Amino acid sequence: MNISHITAIAIKEFLALLRDKRSRLILIVPPILQLLVFSFAATYDLNHIPVVIYNQDRGQASRDFLSHIHGSSNFHIIQYTHQASEIESLVNNRQALLAINIDPSFSKNLHQGKTAFIQVILDGRNSNTAMVATNYLGNILMDFNLNWQQQHQQTAPKIQLKMRNWYNENLQSRWFIVPGIVCLLTLVVTLLVTALSVARERESGTFDQLLVTPVNPASILIGKTIPGIVIGLFEASVILILMVTIFDIPVRGSIGALYLGIAIFLLSATGVGLMISSISVTQQQAILGAFLFMVPAVILSGFSTPIANMPEVIQWLTYLDPLRYFLVIVRGVVLEGDSYSLLLNQYWPMLLIGISSLSLAGWLFKHRMY
Amino acid sequence: MSKSSRMRLRGLIRKESLQILRDPSSISIAFIMPVVLLFLFGYGVSLDAKHIPVGFVIEQPDAATNSLAGSFERSEFFQLNYYQSIQQAEVALNERRIEGIIWLRNNFSANLLSGQASPIGVIINGVDSNQANITRGYIQGTWQAWLEKFTEIQGKKIHTPVIMQQRIWFNPALTSRYFLVPGLIAIIMTMIGSLLTALVVAREWERGTMEALMVTPLHISEMLAGKLIPYFILGMGGMLFSVALAVWQFGVPLHGSFWLLLLSSALFMLVALLIGLLISIVSKNQFVAGQLAIIVTFLPAFMLSGFLFDINSMPDFIQGITHIVPARYFVAILQTLFLAGNIWPVLLANMGALFIMLIFFATIVWKKSVKRLD
Repeated sequence: MNISHITAIAIKEFLALLRDKRSRLILIVPPILQLLVFSFAATYDLNHIPVVIYNQDRGQASRDFLSHIHGSSNFHIIQYTHQASEIESLVNNRQALLAINIDPSFSKNLHQGKTAFIQVILDGRNSNTAMVATNYLGNILMDFNLNWQQQHQQTAPKIQLKMRNWYNENLQSRWFIVPGIVCLLTLVVTLLVTALSVARERESGTFDQLLVTPVNPASILIGKTIPGIVIGLFEASVILILMVTIFDIPVRGSIGALYLGIAIFLLSATGVGLMISSISVTQQQAILGAFLFMVPAVILSGFSTPIANMPEVIQWLTYLDPLRYFLVIVRGVVLEGDSYSLLLNQYWPMLLIGISSLSLAGWLFKHRMY
Repeated sequence: MSKSSRMRLRGLIRKESLQILRDPSSISIAFIMPVVLLFLFGYGVSLDAKHIPVGFVIEQPDAATNSLAGSFERSEFFQLNYYQSIQQAEVALNERRIEGIIWLRNNFSANLLSGQASPIGVIINGVDSNQANITRGYIQGTWQAWLEKFTEIQGKKIHTPVIMQQRIWFNPALTSRYFLVPGLIAIIMTMIGSLLTALVVAREWERGTMEALMVTPLHISEMLAGKLIPYFILGMGGMLFSVALAVWQFGVPLHGSFWLLLLSSALFMLVALLIGLLISIVSKNQFVAGQLAIIVTFLPAFMLSGFLFDINSMPDFIQGITHIVPARYFVAILQTLFLAGNIWPVLLANMGALFIMLIFFATIVWKKSVKRLD
């Protein structure tokens, strides 16, 4: 191995990537735009849920209850209707997600100390949205009930749960999603940069020329790894800075532990990228191959749905996914304030994935010739 | 169409089809990827939590704490770990071994029996806010049920003023699969239509075979048709395959008309193909085309289409952007056709929007694709 060979290859790779203006732009502008657009878009929190109200009760109690809904920013009352049939068309046409039907004896029942009922109809076409909306309504109802019990001297349970949330105190979806998007974008950029590096040369035939030069395959491998890691580090830093400045998400843990995680993750991502690249014969295959890896990797990483909810067999599969570990590191450092010792179990599996995929890529350099 | 034109078109279609069939990566995107995605979303991914690891701190065990712990033990939502002190439990929470802590102090039973007000501390790892909300709901529900039973045994009764009765239309059991799988069809067709097409045409530019095509007597309309037809067939094949899997493998009900599904899919497919063509014409290089296709079509279809995240809850300017994402209209059509049926106001509005996009992109592609070498 020869340092000057490695630097020469690395410089050549950088030139191949950055020489073209469009390629340069595509490395910098889209990740930033995506961070901005997707971070605002990707949230499971709901607000302004369109609600239609069918209030058959004429008492004060039902108006009190409705004022609770009116006062919540989660709900937006689009219409008060006097016909049950209107509910159906509004929900069917997706104009209302939720319909609340209060029956005529609501206030009477409440004042007599009986249990009053409200009927709620939900559009279940998106089941998660329906569930979240039900939870919001349940919370409003709990507040209303507690108020009522206190105002009317009814026996209320004295012992209550006092819930606190650690790390993401106000349970903002954005605090969970944005660090995830940082990881996602780092993966996308690194993978595409490296996945094309060998395939491009294979397609134009220059890879054979490279192999017959005195440069040995290990140096080619390292030379091709460097641009991926450098560009990845640059992108990750830019996105992290934007995360802190635009979205006000604090970095509570050790920056060193974060960057160690980024470095190891980039090693594994470039390893996978180069592996895909050396299997592919054409650039098209490399891009589609990267895509075939990326999509399941994102889905299985715990980016949007927790790994613990997956079936056990699929949970085993997630251990092969470097993004899985990286997400824990970024969220751990950013939100939970973790340092090196707590993240040890995330570092070594990524390192293992990185080393084995890079070795395989190097082996494929020599053994896959066309 | 003249005889020679038909022949030229047939030749070009044959070339494109062979190109698809001979490249394992095209076939993978059209058929393997849909299967992987459908199975992952159908079986793998779920927002419904079970066996959440929760730390239970009992400072002084007795009959009441055992009874409360027992009701949490019996719930399928929790998996309890016991700790003697809050410090131990906090360490476990910090190391991510448990997701939450329920802390019963040594005066818990005394306060419970004497009716004194005393809060029970619950700490939840809030990093994943959606899961944290679900966990809170489960803990609250289990606690409420236990408390009611316990006070009843004591001879008192807790009266709840208002109870909510809910009915969920279209998906009564709230099975997340039923909305994820139809939405995926939009993602899969975007992949085939835009990503694959963009790459293939960009490759012709990059390799210079586009020049070779241009010097042939092929008319520009024949060239476009020759590119569109094979990928249209491939995309519709992927769509039918996904619908078959959705209905027969995952048991997603198809309440609406199959023909309407076919019609709206064809409409969406054409829009996706035209966007793919446009990307390749603009970029002329596979790296840029691949990146652009992912950024402009695939990721928005995932994030901005209403497939996962509710569009109404996004900030206004993002909601504005979603209007130019064709997948948004198609996802609405799919979710309605599969789960709700032929609801004309929804279908017509969204199909109309897709039709306008079709005209728009067809005009641009037509204007941009001049037989010219820059």
